[in-house]
Amino acid sequence: MKTVCLYFQVHQPMRLRKYRFFDMGKNHNYLDDAANRSIMQKVARRCYLPMNALLLKLIDEHKGAFRVTFSISGPAIEQFKAWAPEVLESFKKLAATGSVEFLAETYSHSLASLVDMEEFRAEVERHRRMVHEEFGQIPTAFRNTELIYSDAIGQEVAQMGFQAMLAEGAKHVLGWKSPNYIYAGALDQRLHLLLRNYKLSDDIAFRFSNREWSEWPLTAEKYVGWLNDPQTPGEVLNLFMDYETFGEHQWADSGIFDFIGRLPKVALAKSNDLEFATVSETSAKYQPVGVLSCPHPMSWADEERDVTAWLGNELQDEAFRKLYALRDKVRTVGNPDFDFVWNFMQNSDHFYYMATKWLSDGDVHTYFNPYGSAYEAFINYMNVLADFSNELDKQLPVL
Amino acid sequence: MKVLMFGWEFPPHIAGGLGTATYGLTRGLAKHGVEVKMVVPKAYGDEDQRFVRVVNASDVVTRFGDERHREIWDKMTFIEIDSNMIPYATPEEWERKREEWERTGTTSESRDMWQGRFSFSGRYGENLMEEVARYAMVAAEVARQMEGEFDVIHAHDWLTYYAGIAAKAVSGKPLVVHMHATEYDRSGENINRTVYDIERAGMEAADRVIAVSNLTRNIVIEKYGIPAHKVVAVHNAVRFATGPVEDVERGVEDKIVTFLGRITYQKGPDYFVEAAAKVLKRLPNVRFVMAGSGDMMNHVVRRVAALGIADRFHFTGFLKGDDVHKMFLLSDVYVMPSVSEPFGISPLEAMRSNVPVIISKQSGVAEVLEYAVKVDYWDVDAMADAIYALVEYPALSKMFSAKGLEEVTGLKWDNAAAKVKQVYQDAING
Repeated sequence: MKTVCLYFQVHQPMRLRKYRFFDMGKNHNYLDDAANRSIMQKVARRCYLPMNALLLKLIDEHKGAFRVTFSISGPAIEQFKAWAPEVLESFKKLAATGSVEFLAETYSHSLASLVDMEEFRAEVERHRRMVHEEFGQIPTAFRNTELIYSDAIGQEVAQMGFQAMLAEGAKHVLGWKSPNYIYAGALDQRLHLLLRNYKLSDDIAFRFSNREWSEWPLTAEKYVGWLNDPQTPGEVLNLFMDYETFGEHQWADSGIFDFIGRLPKVALAKSNDLEFATVSETSAKYQPVGVLSCPHPMSWADEERDVTAWLGNELQDEAFRKLYALRDKVRTVGNPDFDFVWNFMQNSDHFYYMATKWLSDGDVHTYFNPYGSAYEAFINYMNVLADFSNELDKQLPVL
Repeated sequence: MKVLMFGWEFPPHIAGGLGTATYGLTRGLAKHGVEVKMVVPKAYGDEDQRFVRVVNASDVVTRFGDERHREIWDKMTFIEIDSNMIPYATPEEWERKREEWERTGTTSESRDMWQGRFSFSGRYGENLMEEVARYAMVAAEVARQMEGEFDVIHAHDWLTYYAGIAAKAVSGKPLVVHMHATEYDRSGENINRTVYDIERAGMEAADRVIAVSNLTRNIVIEKYGIPAHKVVAVHNAVRFATGPVEDVERGVEDKIVTFLGRITYQKGPDYFVEAAAKVLKRLPNVRFVMAGSGDMMNHVVRRVAALGIADRFHFTGFLKGDDVHKMFLLSDVYVMPSVSEPFGISPLEAMRSNVPVIISKQSGVAEVLEYAVKVDYWDVDAMADAIYALVEYPALSKMFSAKGLEEVTGLKWDNAAAKVKQVYQDAING
């Protein structure tokens, strides 16, 4: 029997408003409330609400046999509360079914694991608390921002007490190995790694509505056929994707809701040898078949599956350096208003907007980017950061 | 003395640098008793209009809203020719308008003013050249009808040079052409051949060439092969329309060092960045601002990031009217590191706002300013030294801002006009 592990990532960045040099020192409202609100409400209408309702119905129908896993970032939760509280309510209903697991991640959807382990731990702790408060679960499994993983990060995560962690089934790391098994972390082998099957995941997330694709239209029957196929070896099939796939990236008229609506029924048919499980259940069920070594950070983004979507060019590195240089000051000040800004300034999305690699993945970058260019994104971010830094200095006790 | 001048509409109708300069010069000439018949291109936007009309100068004065010097306007006649041409002698102005137009579909002037103007349909489109030629033909007719009413012809900017040449051919009166900028200043070494040829033809046909600085004079002599004895440098002056300087609220306590202009090679933005990095190594309490946009902007942003100074080096993007003024008021030091600048009016605007200025020796304005720090554009160490000194030593910056204001107030069009009048005299005398 193969275990199908469906995992959805829910995140909405806090987008910055156009913050000009002339605003510095005078105006400390950094967020584009109008954009954040309208995007949140649009995605809620198209994706979160209908999809949550659908999942609730499916879970109910299959009496616990259909199980899914979520992780919801801090900025997403905060924005639910501000702009779409009914979405948070519907997630709570899902949590109450007992068939839905919520993972821990970095609260701010940050890249802290790449620069500052102390901040990383603080971020994870903050998120773990939030999941407990909102959904009544204490997460035992972890997923890092954009599935960023390396041996060192894995070790840190294991030491924080997590049993399992998600990662990308990146070809350059796996080599001949299959993503359809559990692996152990290289530095702390207590940690179970669940690797994303990017082929099967992207069939839904990226290719579903693509009419150029030879497999279009994708039906639940066809897809389950692939999952069940003896040619698809292994014990677990990790289907990890953005939750916004449903209704937002793949529009309702593509048939994506009908597809997911039929998927459990078709997969759970007696003739198939498939079951659904959450991340922690999957991790508990299987033993690792080997150790996975990943000395350099990988992620689920772009063709390269590395961290160059967020870091690497001069703009990103400079912004990143200057941001984390403020960490001690933020700590010292310890003011919730400043913590709030500090959190959203860490959103990985800000760095994504500053990417300048425009070859294979330019389309995806452009799609998600509210700025005209990486340079505009950088300038705006740095203006906000400079003002924030200034205000921080004013709060610091005079030595 | 009577002059047939091929000039440009006055502010606020066209607030370009050239319109402003022509306006200042005309006022000065009037004070020296020179009568100016001003021929200007003007888009009526109405097919039924006659393409030439003579306007009472007082009408123009009324439109301009300046009632104070009525006696000057008695010496002026306006002749408007229906044409879409607009001047763009100063590259900043041209670029500023073009960008503003592209961005917003409108400019700070009224929308009608710019609609259909040729300069916006492309940089040097074919239409523009046709228009230049057509304008010259109309100008010749104007000159024929006005026979005996002028002693000398004066043409501003290459767009009107053919008109000047035609008027000279018809009337036999001497021609003076005015070089406010050369094609080399606008385009670097990659010049537009057609524009260059018109500029050279105008200067060759002219009896005298006025250059806005010795820098421009040298370019005219060296790159256009114009005989040196024909070329006279008459520096621009400046006339400030604004009243006393008001205050703006400062958001940050740090000292602010400003670059304001197009971010293009000719303006030397990269030297400003290198100097900024040097200063920031020493001083924690300074911020650098680069205001403007241009084709080198992305390159500069990258360089700023690579130098690790992006938290203290800010970009405002392209600034419009009031924001330009505000930027000057917020500045503690103004830097103009131009690689090549025929004149350069912006340091004068900075000085007017009590801001000490650092200018490159490769600018025309450096020839007339005493109370400005002058450095070679490439000498980033000297530039950094100067910024450091003006930021750190209040006595120095106070002296520069007080004396600078005095100096800039003393740059009068009256004086420039006296020199221009002398040029007319020489041209008439042969």
